[in-house]
Amino acid sequence: MLTKKVKNRILFLTSVFLASVIAVLFIINSLNENILYFSSPTEIKQSEDIQFGKVMRVGGMVKKKSIIINQKDIQFIVTDFENEILISYSGAVPNLFAEEKGVVAEGRLRDKNFFIADRILAKHDENYMPPEIKEITEKNAK
Amino acid sequence: MLSNIGIGLVVLVLVLSFFIIYIASLNLRTSRQTIKKSIYNLSLVQTTFIILSFFTLIIGFINSDFSLINVYENSHTTKPFFYKIAGTWGNHEGSLLLWINILVVFSYLFLVFNHDHDKKFRLYTLIFQNILILGFLFFLLLNSNPFNSIYPIPLEGLGLNPILQDPALAIHPPLLYVGFVGCSIYFSAAIASLLSGYGGKLFAQSIKTWVIISWSFQTLGIIVGSIWAYYELGWGGFWFWDPVENASLLPWFAITALLHSLIVLEKRNTLYYWVIILCLSTFTLSVTGTFLVRSGILNSVHTFASDPSRGIYILLFLSLMIFSALIIFYLNYKKETYNFNLKSRETFILANNWFMAFFLVTVLIGMLYPIFLDVLTNIKISVGPPYFNIVIIPLIVPFMFLMAIGPRVSWIKSQNKIFYKISLLILGAIIINLLIFYFFGKYSFLSNLIFIAAIFLILYSFLDIKKFINNKNKTELPRIIAHLGFGLLVFFIGINHQFSLEEDFNLKVGEIKRTNNYEINFENIKVRESKNYKAVIGNFKLTNIKNDLIQYLNPEIRIYSNPETLTYEADIKTKITSDLYLTMSNVSRSDYYNIKFQNKPFMIWIWISALMIALGGFMRLTLKKNED
Repeated sequence: MLTKKVKNRILFLTSVFLASVIAVLFIINSLNENILYFSSPTEIKQSEDIQFGKVMRVGGMVKKKSIIINQKDIQFIVTDFENEILISYSGAVPNLFAEEKGVVAEGRLRDKNFFIADRILAKHDENYMPPEIKEITEKNAK
Repeated sequence: MLSNIGIGLVVLVLVLSFFIIYIASLNLRTSRQTIKKSIYNLSLVQTTFIILSFFTLIIGFINSDFSLINVYENSHTTKPFFYKIAGTWGNHEGSLLLWINILVVFSYLFLVFNHDHDKKFRLYTLIFQNILILGFLFFLLLNSNPFNSIYPIPLEGLGLNPILQDPALAIHPPLLYVGFVGCSIYFSAAIASLLSGYGGKLFAQSIKTWVIISWSFQTLGIIVGSIWAYYELGWGGFWFWDPVENASLLPWFAITALLHSLIVLEKRNTLYYWVIILCLSTFTLSVTGTFLVRSGILNSVHTFASDPSRGIYILLFLSLMIFSALIIFYLNYKKETYNFNLKSRETFILANNWFMAFFLVTVLIGMLYPIFLDVLTNIKISVGPPYFNIVIIPLIVPFMFLMAIGPRVSWIKSQNKIFYKISLLILGAIIINLLIFYFFGKYSFLSNLIFIAAIFLILYSFLDIKKFINNKNKTELPRIIAHLGFGLLVFFIGINHQFSLEEDFNLKVGEIKRTNNYEINFENIKVRESKNYKAVIGNFKLTNIKNDLIQYLNPEIRIYSNPETLTYEADIKTKITSDLYLTMSNVSRSDYYNIKFQNKPFMIWIWISALMIALGGFMRLTLKKNED
């Protein structure tokens, strides 16, 4: 027979263990549901299994003279020097957003050529380039 | 000139560190119970020299001495005086010097203020703290020397990133550094405690003040950073689950767990090894955060132009720290028996620690998973705010209930019947929540639970305050204020989240935009020349349609010349019940201006309640030892 003390301890340890297992499963599950994939315009073009409803990130350079602004939104073309994608966004753009500068947009694909952004990511340093975009431009500019 | 003085002072500090370690190890072997006078003196001289070296750098910045590369790269003659000084720690090299300053100052203060503790324990702490100091000094001298000189001397500097030229951001790094680097002292003390066998209650007493100091400063530093993000980044948010914010939260969770379990060690003389683990992980997480941010692995405002060798050095040092700490831990680990009653305060504190560990793991996984995936598979992902919100927010509900009840449960085994009081307060919380729900608008089931839990914690804290007024038990008050602050914080964030209005649109000068509650008239723009920037100021007339109240808001677009950058300055009209928030931006000199308009209820209360949490910590520090 187990004493009451030992019983209590077993109960306590099992509940802590169970709580932790559930917590970890919960974390992993939420993580999987909330991952944002990053793609370049070329990757979008070539990809065959795009989920159009899912939030994702697109990045590249803002094409020269492609920015159009009207009352409702701002539209611009993002290029990785091979392929392009049109992005539409309504909201305030970060201060370092400009032609021929790197940009990352977060939002949903309407089709393979049109992306609706909910958020344009701010960069804080004019010399700083997000690693994703740096890789793309270095690869394609050659 | 300054370059030589600075390097000279830093090298002297380095030599002194070796001396201190040497003399302290000799002193360890003697049988006398006091620490040699010379060790005190050497530490004092070391502290003086490191502070002098920091002042040397500040003088370099004030005088715009561009013979120092660091000043050349981060300052400019037209920069306002205040930001010249703040520029000292607004860059990697300067902030590393500040980091070492805090290491050294804490080392000396710990030595002086713990004179009634065991000699061996104090000496070991001093030795390990000096090993840390040496590690960072070598890093500074070999890789990130703020005193490196440049020849020929440039006539003008490159300037400080304008977004960093801000009062909140000038004090944010020193606050956080006291918080993060302050952890180093009980990292060293934990190792010293294992080696000297000076554990338990007395160990808890020796590090308690230091834990509270670093906790209070960390809390305050995080809040100031968040306030800065609110008005400077122009999105009107205050927490983005940005990797850098996450990096600052990791040690905070660990130290908050430590702050609580330390009480158990002090009062009940148990949980010793768990406390040691928390001491070790707090500083380790601080350094990890710094490593991730400085190496350029994480993309953020804190990423100074990155340099791979920098990351590798910190990584090596970090691994060394972790491995030696682990080895010392396992060599000195003895089995500890725990004897807890379920209905005791100990159990509640353990629950607090479980939650803190859970939050920590959540944030750590969300932060590191993208990095691992990128390294392993080259797939680029990011983990968005929804992940953190979904995982963390529901757990806040039980957490707040426990947080309210825990402090009222007595140690060892609780006899008092608080069940009746609890049910009454829960009922009260449910009623208040229903009133808000009924009169102000609908929200989700989870939000209902959050509001109920937050109101419960607030009501419970009011009861605690009433009890405090009756018995004047001073040790209770800081805890009550901090816990009440947390309850209010969650409550106001909830309200703010539920009832914020946000509108994005583009306007030309002279146009009018109508939203549900406001009419926004973009009347005109003006240009103002300032010392180091030119500002385009928009004049917006806001009419509240409901009560015809008129307000003018003037957001700015600032064009800085050194370095050439645009910043958008939001105009925020703060009232007791809400903030009106307007930013204006412009792309490629288009006629249309990008407008972001927000009405955010109870913003000021979010800051006040967050500051209350930090205030609780600072109040605890003012209590004298005999009042414990």
